[in-house]
This record gives sequence, C-alpha cells and structure tokens, in this order.
Amino acid sequence: MNTPVLQLDALSVEIPTRHGVLKPVDAVSWDIAKGEILGVVGESGAGKSMTGNAVIGLLDRPARISGGQVLLNGKRIDNLTPAEMRKVRGRQIGMVFQDPLTSLNPLLTIGDQLSETIDAHLHLGRAAARQRAIAALDEVGIPAAKDRIDSYPFEFSGGMRQRVVIALALCAEPSLVIADEPTTALDVSVQAQIIALLKRICRDRGAAVMLVTHDMGVIAETADRVAVMYAGRLAEIGPVAQVLGAPRHPYTHGLMGATPLASKGRSRLAQIPGAMPRLAALPKGCAFHPRCPKAQNRCTVDPRPTVADGAGRVACWFPMGAP
Amino acid sequence: MSDFPQPAAVKPAEQGRLTRLWSSDFAWAFRHSPVAICSMAVVMLLVLAAVFAPLIAPHDPFNPATLNLMNGFTAPGTPNAFTGEQFWLGTDDQGRDVFSTILYGLRISLFVGFAAVLLALVIGVTLGLIAGYVGGWPETIIMRSADVQLTFPSILVALLIFGVAKGFTPVEYRDQVAIWVLIVAIGLSDWVQFARVVRGATLVEKNKEYVQAARLIGRTGPAIMLRHILPNVLSPVLVIATISLALAIIAEATLSFLGVGAPPTQPSLGTLIRIGQGFLFSGEWWILLFPACTLLALALSVNLMGDWLRDALNPRLK
Amino acid sequence: MSLVSIKSLTRVFDVSKPWLNRVIERLPKRFLTAVSDVSFEIEERSVYALVGESGSGKSTIGKMVVGLLKPSQGTVQIDGVDLMRASDAEIDRIRSDIQMIFQDPFASLNPRWRVRDIIVEPMAARGGKTEGLAEKLLEQVGLSPLDAGKFPHEFSGGQRQRICVARALASEPKLIVCDEPTSALDVSVQAQVLNLMSDLRDEFGLTYLFISHDLTVVQHMADRIGVLYLGRLVEEAAPGDLFDAPLHPYTRMLIEAAPKMDGYGREVVPPTGEIPDPINPPNGCAYHPRCPLAIRRCSAERPVLEQTGTRRVACFRAGELV
Repeated sequence: MNTPVLQLDALSVEIPTRHGVLKPVDAVSWDIAKGEILGVVGESGAGKSMTGNAVIGLLDRPARISGGQVLLNGKRIDNLTPAEMRKVRGRQIGMVFQDPLTSLNPLLTIGDQLSETIDAHLHLGRAAARQRAIAALDEVGIPAAKDRIDSYPFEFSGGMRQRVVIALALCAEPSLVIADEPTTALDVSVQAQIIALLKRICRDRGAAVMLVTHDMGVIAETADRVAVMYAGRLAEIGPVAQVLGAPRHPYTHGLMGATPLASKGRSRLAQIPGAMPRLAALPKGCAFHPRCPKAQNRCTVDPRPTVADGAGRVACWFPMGAP
Repeated sequence: MSDFPQPAAVKPAEQGRLTRLWSSDFAWAFRHSPVAICSMAVVMLLVLAAVFAPLIAPHDPFNPATLNLMNGFTAPGTPNAFTGEQFWLGTDDQGRDVFSTILYGLRISLFVGFAAVLLALVIGVTLGLIAGYVGGWPETIIMRSADVQLTFPSILVALLIFGVAKGFTPVEYRDQVAIWVLIVAIGLSDWVQFARVVRGATLVEKNKEYVQAARLIGRTGPAIMLRHILPNVLSPVLVIATISLALAIIAEATLSFLGVGAPPTQPSLGTLIRIGQGFLFSGEWWILLFPACTLLALALSVNLMGDWLRDALNPRLK
Repeated sequence: MSLVSIKSLTRVFDVSKPWLNRVIERLPKRFLTAVSDVSFEIEERSVYALVGESGSGKSTIGKMVVGLLKPSQGTVQIDGVDLMRASDAEIDRIRSDIQMIFQDPFASLNPRWRVRDIIVEPMAARGGKTEGLAEKLLEQVGLSPLDAGKFPHEFSGGQRQRICVARALASEPKLIVCDEPTSALDVSVQAQVLNLMSDLRDEFGLTYLFISHDLTVVQHMADRIGVLYLGRLVEEAAPGDLFDAPLHPYTRMLIEAAPKMDGYGREVVPPTGEIPDPINPPNGCAYHPRCPLAIRRCSAERPVLEQTGTRRVACFRAGELV
C-alpha cells in the first residue's frame, strides 16, 4: 500500500468567539491517494473551504486547528512553523481558488508571477524559469503563450485567467492540488473546459486533487471519490458512483433528490425541510437529525462517527438501504 | 407549510433600539476597550463641566462687579498677597479666576465645535448624496468645487469668510454675531470630506439591488436618497464627524488665538491661550498652561474616540 | 393571450472613453451591443425562461421588461401598454403589475429597514393599505409572521430570498421577472424556493419571466425556453423539445457541456473557443467562429429567427448533425 498523498486524521478547527467556541470542522478524516481526485461536497457553512484552508495552513485568525493531524506524504504539516509551511505551499501543495480575478496580482505580468513561483521553489534561475513558465502556459491551453506571457491579468478573460491560476498552482510540480470552487464563477462552457483541463493535467502528473465544490454535477463527472460534509462533520464518503447513485446518508439522499436534474418532469422537487443549523446552535447528537426523515431517539443524543460501509464510510445510525 | 423552517421564537421578535444596541458587537467592543471608555469619560466630564458651568464655577469671571483687580496674578493654590483669597488655578491679569474662565471658555469651544460640525455634516452629506446618486453635471459641479476648496487650507477659508462677514456687519453688532460667524466659517470650510465620503458610499449603494427594487416600484430620486441610501452611508459619517469635532475645536481655538474668533466678552479656550501667552515668560505660567491642558485633553479624547470608532465600525478588521 | 410582447428589442451601451481621452488619443467611440433585435411573447400564466451565459444580455432584457432600463430600439408591451410610448398615468397603473426578484439575496434588501417595511413598500408607494399585509405575505412564503419586526441580517440566504418573493407579491402583480433568483443559493434551499415559486404561480395565476444560466433549473420550471447568445435569441422551444432535440449548435453545445449527475467518469469533449467581445461581435452569425457546422454564409449573413412548428431557430443549418 502506498502512503496516501494527503491524510486527514480527525482534523478539527475551532473559532473562539464571544458567543462561545465554534467548530467549523469537527473530526474529519479522509485520505487521498496519488492520482486520485476526491470531491468534497457540501452546502455553504458545511466547513469544506475551512478544511481546505486548514490543510494548507491559511486559517484566518482567530480560527485555529484544535485537534487531529494533517499528513502530507506521511509527514505532519499542521504543526510546522510559518516559514516551513511557506516552503511546503507551492512546492508540495498547489491551490486553485474560486475567483481568478483576485487570485492573480493585477500589477505583475503573468510571466513574472509564474517565473517568481518557479524560481522560488525549484531554484532554476530566472531564464530557465521563464522557459518553464511558457511551457506551463502552453500546457494549460493559453494560445500563443510566448507572446502572452508578458500580458497582465486584466488582459485575459475569466476562463483564461483561471487557466493561468491552474498553471501557477501546478508549475512547481506539487503532489497535492486543492481546488476550492474553481469553476463556480465561470460560465457553463468555460467550466467544462476548465474541468477537462484539471482532470487531464492532474492525471498526467499523478497529482492528488482535493476538489471542493457545491456543484454535484461537477463532482459526478470529475471525482473518483466523494466526501459529503454537513455542519462541519463528515456525513459520508465513498466512490462517486456509490455516494451519488446509491447514497447511504439521509442528507446525501435528500440532496440528490433536491437537485433539479434528478426530478425529471414538472412535479415538485423533493426538498429537505429546514436549513443547515448555524454553528453556534448545533443540535445535540447528530447534526442532521432535526431534518431527517429517519431520525430516532438515538440520533438526538449520540452523533455517530463514520463507520465502514461497503467501499466507503457513513456517519449514520440508520443509513438508507440498511436492513 | 410545516416543513419550512420555524424561527427560534422564544424571545420577542421586535427588540427596542436600545436593547439591540446594548447587546450588539459594537457595544461589547466598547465595554472591552480601555481607550474607548477613558476617552469617552473625559469627554463626558468636560461636556458636563461646560453645561453646568454656572453652577460649578466658584466665581463669575465676566461680571465686572465681582472682579477685584487686586486679585490679579495670584498663583494657583497660594493666597493672594493683597486680598488673601485663594484660587485653585490662579487668576489672570484682570483678577479673573482661571478655573471659572476655563469652564466658561469650554462652553464656547464646545458649542462652536458641535455646531460647526453639524453644519458641515448637513451640507456635506446632502451634497454628497446628490453628487453620488444624480451624477452628471450636478456631480461634476459639486466635486470640482470640493476639489477647489481643498486646495486652500481650511483656516484660510475660515479667515476669508470671517473677514467678509466682518466687512458686512456694522461695528456695534460684531461681538454678538462673532460666534455665529465663527460657526459658519468653520462649518463651511469643513464640508468637503463629508461630501466625498458620502458620494463614494452612495455610488456603491446605488448599484445594489434594493435600490433597483425601489426604483422599480416608482420611488423618486429624493425619496430613495433619503429613505434608502442615507441610512446606509451614515456609519463612516459618524467617524468623520467625531474627528472633525476635534479639528473644529482646534480650528476655533486657532482663530480665537489669532484674534479673529471669539470676542473678548465671550472668551473661548483659544482666547484664553492668547491672553496667557503674553504672560508666559514673565512668570505667570498658569494663565497659559491650564487652558492649554484643557484644550489638549478635549481634543485628544475626541480624537481617540474617533479613532476607536473607525476601527470598531470597520467590517474588514473583524 | 400574451401578457408580455417584446419586439425587436435592442440595447446599446456607450462605453467610449471620456471625451478628453478620445480627443487626445484620437480614439473612436465604442459601443457595446448588449441586446440585439430580440423578439418573443409570454403567454399569461406561463413561465418563460431566458437562458444564456455571461454576455448573453439576459439580465439586460429583464431590466428593460420591468422598466429599469430604456431600450435603444424596439418595444416592450405589457398587458397592452407600450412602456416607451404610454402616458405617465398609464405606466403608473401597470407599475404595480410588474415586479422583480433579484439574484443577490444579500443586496436585495435594505439592511437598515425592518422586514415589515421592506415587504409593504410596493403597496405603500401607491398609497395602498398596508395593515397586516407583511404578516400575511410572510406566512404565504413560509416564514413566521413574527419575523416582520426583524432585520435582514438575521436571516439566511434562502429566507431572504423568500422575503424578496413576499415583497414581489405585495402589489398583487401579474408578471414577476426573476433574475437568477436561486443562483446564489444552495441546492436544498434552491429546491425550497423553486417549489415556493411554483406553488405561488398556481395559487395567484402569476406569469414569470425566469432568467437563468442553469439549464437544469430552467428545464424544471419553464413552459418555454429562449436561448440567448451574445445578445441574440438563437433558439426558442418547449423544454422537452429543446433538451431532446436541440436544433441550434450553441444549444447543443450548452446541453452537452452542462455537468450530468449520472455522468460518472464521463470524458467530455469540451467546447472550443470563448464568448466573443460584444463590442466587436463577429460578422454574420455571432456563433460561427466556434461552430462545427459553420459555412461561408454564416460569416457573411446574420441568420433570422424562423418558425418551424412550435419552435423558432436562427441558424442556416438548424437541425443538421455534424
């Protein structure tokens, strides 16, 4: 068994506020193997972006990691000093954020930004770094890369900018790529292009990908495995066909029913009653029980941690499809 | 429709304004900031002292009947060589109790300061709203006038207005209207920053969907500006108003110090400083020092409060 | 009977640089054609959806229908009243018949107003009775009447969007234009809001102009769908027809590119190219630079929207396969 590229071991994040301590991420565990794409799906407030930020060490104060470990290629990275973490970021972990407009420095040409990153992590010297940058831009599909390398970000369209961001994330050849809603701000056709690019380039390099999004369709087509988060906790994780096609957790099941594609015909969409609880007011026991059609007494007192179920894990006392 | 979310309906849905304010993050931050509490305390103390000056002041410094020239130049705390009277902070050359004159001077300083800022605020916010919402020529005219005015130091503008007013006022009324001219002068020199900030905030709010929704139902420009946009652009105005207050107080002191502000019959802190300045090097230091310290305390506290307010109201610093 | 009749609607924005810059740098004026010669009709009590990507002009059309923007050319007729030519009195009369729901639930509500005042404002602006109206509408959209005294920031995104729906209902409208009403919402919340909108339509006999970029939502909600590309209407059909057999190459590309929930491991051939610059649109058909079916005629002549059965398409080679 190869060591997984990324391993989360009961990772928890806390934010102390004047209303009490909030837990946006609560004992989340999963791992991602080399060349695998893990989709992390959940609605807003579920904690998926916070998990990504915790992995890469970019938690805004006063949020902090309060428990568990993050292991990259077998080595702990959650307890590194900021200087050490800076070396890890970029070189071993690449990050693609949602908004390409703010991910790129508007005052530097993309050539400068790429060369700077390549040089900083691979120590190639500026000239060689520039060649690498041109090759990287070619690879992500920027036409006439040699001419456009000296353009500024505002001279590109949204889709092109996101390609540049992907090039930037991958130029130092990281083993893990974290993509946080990379296509949410893009049009459907551009989204298809970016997703295809991401899949191809990560497969080619054998990078592990953590794809965070709320779009189930993107997950269905892109991910190998899926992790579903709810109120900071992991609800279900497993191969994509299993989680989306035959979901075990009632929340996942409800989510799939609420998606318009699933309900062909003009009848009402199946809806989950209520709303995701605020972190300051989490229910006792399982966070989903107030909205769950299968909730019973046990669910109100005891939150179940994930247990193995077929090829995946699910955190439910009464998973769907169980006898 | 029982499957829709129910509100947590234990507390009544409608909280009064004061309750909401007290339990808000803003009030909590205030209660936990020593700077805010101290500066607020100092300002309140000075304001109360000014308001109740007639009751607190041991002597009335402007009643010629009670003045005794022999009391002049008494050092603080020591009895007078001639009359044996004691004064906390000493007396000036005319025998006026410095403590009392400070209290009465505070009145003028605070009154002029508040009134001038109020005037600047009303003018600036109105012009800023119009410039931001209407755009076009009104905006150009207003903002270019603002730019032109900013090229002049505000004291010069105030002096100009003062001089013009003086030219138009008959001599016998000059003392009476001096305070009002002072207020208008400082107020008119200060409106620009309000206008600029409000215009910027209005431009942001103008494009938001709730304004479009209001236009959709047929609300006219003035109604939208007043009822929709104004409440949302007021928080930076509050910060600027506080800092402007400190500046207005100092501006008033400056003008009085230069001799063109408050008349000698209604001396403000600036006038007192001017008077005291003449005696500093001949040994009667208290005539200058105490009014100056009071002015310092007032301006500093107001400034600190303004600084704290700006940080507290800045959503990005949270 | 069509409630809304749009004919040859066009909107051009002047995006030239300021006069001084143009004089000094000798630049020509620049114009952005956001909407170009769009015509369609909306039947009463139906849902007409406008679908398109960014730059398609759908939001601009929505704003022109409600009167927030004036068209450069063409007419907008609502309930027989021509918005451009009617007298102020007539426009005032139908103003309460038209309402809009916006995309951003956070910017759609004035943060300093109480929910009650926000909801009754459309009625209050016309001097109507507002006693108890807010509470009644809140119940209708599934919120508690006790919420009337709260402020918008005390609500979640989905709840705010419901407050927007309540506000839209306050003046008893006939037509509601919905500009991406659920794009900013999560899937489960979106389902609630869409169901609510369907229920209200049945209950009050409303007509919707539903603007969205999300094909799945549109497929679920619409009676008729119009596909926009670069400000032009390229295809119009019922949802079943559109999704089963799209005639225009752009529609085909759009449907193909949209992620499918059961497309595990599907290797999509991504579409080529990007949306062109609306300031310098391509000659002839706007889609021809990216179209697999393009012929010489497509770059010379702009195709006109033609009727074929119950559908309309603007393509010289409509329906042909690659």
